[in-house]
Amino acid sequence: MSFITKSPWIVHYDGSSCNGCDIEVLACLTPMYDVERFGIINTGNPKHADIFLITGYVNTQNVDVIKNIYRKMPDPKVVVAIGICASTGNFFRECYNALGGVDTIIPVDVYVPGCAARPEAIIDGVVKALGILDQKKNKTYVAPVKPEGVII
Amino acid sequence: MKLLLAALAFVILTPVVCGLLAGFDRIITAKMQGRYGPPLLQPFFDVLKLFEKENLMVNQFYHSFYLICYLVFMVASGILFFTGQDLLLVIFAFTLADIFLVLAAYSTNSPFSFIGAERELLLMMSAEPMLLIAAVGLFMATKSFKVGSIASVADLNTILLLPGVFIGLLFILTIKLRKSPFDLSTSHHAHQEIVKGVTTEFAGPSLALVEIAHWYETAIMLGIIYLFFAGNPVIAVSVVLVAYFVEILIDNTFARFKWELTLKSSWAVTFIFGGLNLIVLFIIEKVKI
Amino acid sequence: MAFIAFLILFPLLPAVLLLLVESPAVRKGIIIISAIAIAVISVDMAFAAPKNAAQYVDSAFHYLDNILIAGELILACTILYLCRNLPFKKYWIPLMVVLQTGMILWTELSGKLHDVKTQHVFFYDNLSLIMAVIIGVIGTLICVYAVGYMNQYHHHHHEIPDRQKLFFFTMFLFLSAMFGIVFSDNLMWLYFFWEITTLCSFIMIGYSGTEEAVNNAFRALWMNLLGGLAFAIAIVYCVTVLKIVELDDLLNSGKSAAIILPVVLIAFAGLTKSAQFPFSGWLLGAMVAPTPVSALLHSSTMVKAGVYIIIKLAPAMLITIPGTMITSGMMIALIGAVSFLACSCLAISQSNAKRVLAYSTIANLGLIVLCAGVGSYLALWAAILLLIFHAVAKALLFLTVGTIEHQIGSRDIEDMHGLISKMPRITIIMLIGITGMFLAPFGMLVSKWAALEALAVSDPFLPIAVIFGSSATLFFWGKWMGKLIAITNVKSDAEGRICHEEWFVLSTLAAMTIAICALFPLVGTYFIEPLYGRDPILNKEHIIMVAILLGLVLLVPVAFFFNWKKLRNAEPYLCGAGIKDNFSQFTGSLGTKEWKLSNYYLEKYFGEAKLFKLSVVVSTVLIIITFTIVFYGAR
Repeated sequence: MSFITKSPWIVHYDGSSCNGCDIEVLACLTPMYDVERFGIINTGNPKHADIFLITGYVNTQNVDVIKNIYRKMPDPKVVVAIGICASTGNFFRECYNALGGVDTIIPVDVYVPGCAARPEAIIDGVVKALGILDQKKNKTYVAPVKPEGVII
Repeated sequence: MKLLLAALAFVILTPVVCGLLAGFDRIITAKMQGRYGPPLLQPFFDVLKLFEKENLMVNQFYHSFYLICYLVFMVASGILFFTGQDLLLVIFAFTLADIFLVLAAYSTNSPFSFIGAERELLLMMSAEPMLLIAAVGLFMATKSFKVGSIASVADLNTILLLPGVFIGLLFILTIKLRKSPFDLSTSHHAHQEIVKGVTTEFAGPSLALVEIAHWYETAIMLGIIYLFFAGNPVIAVSVVLVAYFVEILIDNTFARFKWELTLKSSWAVTFIFGGLNLIVLFIIEKVKI
Repeated sequence: MAFIAFLILFPLLPAVLLLLVESPAVRKGIIIISAIAIAVISVDMAFAAPKNAAQYVDSAFHYLDNILIAGELILACTILYLCRNLPFKKYWIPLMVVLQTGMILWTELSGKLHDVKTQHVFFYDNLSLIMAVIIGVIGTLICVYAVGYMNQYHHHHHEIPDRQKLFFFTMFLFLSAMFGIVFSDNLMWLYFFWEITTLCSFIMIGYSGTEEAVNNAFRALWMNLLGGLAFAIAIVYCVTVLKIVELDDLLNSGKSAAIILPVVLIAFAGLTKSAQFPFSGWLLGAMVAPTPVSALLHSSTMVKAGVYIIIKLAPAMLITIPGTMITSGMMIALIGAVSFLACSCLAISQSNAKRVLAYSTIANLGLIVLCAGVGSYLALWAAILLLIFHAVAKALLFLTVGTIEHQIGSRDIEDMHGLISKMPRITIIMLIGITGMFLAPFGMLVSKWAALEALAVSDPFLPIAVIFGSSATLFFWGKWMGKLIAITNVKSDAEGRICHEEWFVLSTLAAMTIAICALFPLVGTYFIEPLYGRDPILNKEHIIMVAILLGLVLLVPVAFFFNWKKLRNAEPYLCGAGIKDNFSQFTGSLGTKEWKLSNYYLEKYFGEAKLFKLSVVVSTVLIIITFTIVFYGAR
């Protein structure tokens, strides 16, 4: 058990979300859910962060930004796609400016479904990400093979 | 030999004590906000985690090197303080340490770090006069600049002679502990206008060094507070704890100041409480003679 | 003493030769050889001469007086000649020259000197020896630096007529006059050399001949002449009333209240020479001169003559003015405190490197004046150490600014952004200079430390001024350092163009800055403590603590040679925007944009417009009060 699971720091990026999932992410910090119980802190700075939370789908404007933030996070790190848009691109995936879900440009470790995702689900997703962080830290992580042609 | 043991005790105990203090800080802060809060040992988890992470560079230069200097000189000034050396020298060494943090931020050439570094310098300029006035005040009250002899001489009389200096020092303590309203240069809390200010570009182990150095910094500042009541350790420790609690309360009740208000208010407080206290003390002594 | 004669007279030889020689190669040869000779002799003298009591040189020949009279006349005529195209009808300038020369000649010729003891002409004690080493070593180093610098200067400024012959003549004449000041015991001679330095400063400030330079030169001239006038009045008063014309007699005359007036007048001359408020304007204007001049005259030596005389007079300034409770030293210390506090704050608002250095110079001289005014043993110890450390570090800084200016074409601190990537070696030298000025184990801070401990004993007003001032110092040096060490990807071959003389001088001064810091306890033990016949002031603990800190700091550069583990490079964070390779552009949704990082200048609080005038008013009031109570006391 490494310390990284006891102190996961988060950077949150709003891709092109409708703000529904963002509000739910921030709701996790409120006294109602209080994620600091698990040592989780929203840092707002990728260089300090371990977990990258993305809401919203990827479009041509923010593709570089997401790649940039991902690259500036020190290893080991995990990416959590929050909500259906971040996970698959939702019904925006056919839009003129959309590239699809986050996993079209960077590897995603945890998908949190929902529109919008509920705070409980988000916390659940982050806790799941901790297991992956631990594996990455110990270099035992094997990325699962993504099933082809499945549209959720 | 005794000095060596004191130095060793300082180096080993400070991270433990100040880490725990930071843990209590976070729990109390959470309670004040109606939250449950992290475990007590959370600050240790954070630092140990940071050491597990990858370190990053932002340009060809290894900026962590300045941060190592920051930690080393912070520990050195702490050792000077807790082995009872000259208080002025302690403050100068303390400043030297802080300068290295600023240099690390400057060397990254990152816009957010740069603004953070400017603000950190501004905070140093705001806090420095009060620290030196405290040293001069303690000298006037105890006739010595040496921490060792101040500690042995200080009694109830010391605080009665230096109430203004003590209040001024509490004001400065907020700056030095990086608490709101003076957390302009970097903050423990997320979402500030310059990302993380000074520490923006420090990843993993680099950031851990800053955290540890901050524990030592806290120890020195609380040590100076302790010095005013050194005659009675029980009172002194309780005053230190109360002071720390008040800082947490201020942290949670104030919005961040702008730099102008920070500079003006701290210099004004320094002059009105610290400076006038010294002048009154001087007049009292003249009258006595 | 042969030493004294050599040091005063020898520089005149290269001065005259340089006025005649045309060839640059011969000029360089003359300068280097005479620089070596002066430096070696001054250092040798400092080590060979007895260290305990002051030694006097009696007047051996009678015609020495005639030389003095001739010199005075030549000097006055030269200044009057240079005043022929006065700007803005400043008629009071020639008037002051005539007045003070007239007073001195009257004293000399009216026979008043017959019943005055005129035994000693020259003397030396440890303070003069320290000054002599500063002039002999740093002064000549600056002359050597100027050889390379002036060539490039004229290369960069074609519009300025090449008057290098006059330039080097004045430099060496100035060295001779400085040696004269520190070795003179006879006030007439002291005054004579004093006025020569005023003349040298005037010529050098106006070197470029532009309108601004000429105006500033005349401003410097009249302010210094005002000091000269005060000096002349002091001499007349000493001769006619006190029957004294020697400095040591003035200081050892039983400390009666009668000497307060001349002492204050001479201290006033010292204030003008060391550019204390309200006379600080001339030193700022003097920054138009070529950089070696700023280094030699306006930071390391000439302005030090002012504080030298004030330190010398310190014991006499401790006498309580009759009818009051204060001493003249207290008032002088207050003026020093105003200068220190105001100039430290004013330096924050400046982005021109030379102006920052000028303000910092006035501030440090103010601190020395303050210490001398307090006059306790510890304060004087701090003052003399400040004088030494400041001379070395400030000369180094001025010269590096000069070199950098020639390479990057600007003396603005904003333009020095990322200099360490472009010129690493020169930047490290500059960083040594800056750390020498304000960081912990280095010289200036050791002296500030001693100064604070000395001042805390007397009263709380002066320590408060010093504390606020030194905090401001921290800010402007800190942000300057930050500008220098920001890492950019811009490379440059500028360092290759710097000539050998400049490299030699800069690295020697940088080494000296560090070495003096390590050796200062020895300076204290062998030079300063015997001067006042006291016990060593530093106890072992102080030295050990400073040594530990110094050792730690000296370990810092080791890291540059250490082979650090190669890490993954992630550019600075800019909220996800892409940063271009040159670290001054980023790509956002609106395309590629420039960014520029700039320092805080806090104009609103520390701007020149208000603060400068305020300090001039405050210090003028202080000077008027001083003279009023001194006249009142003398009556």
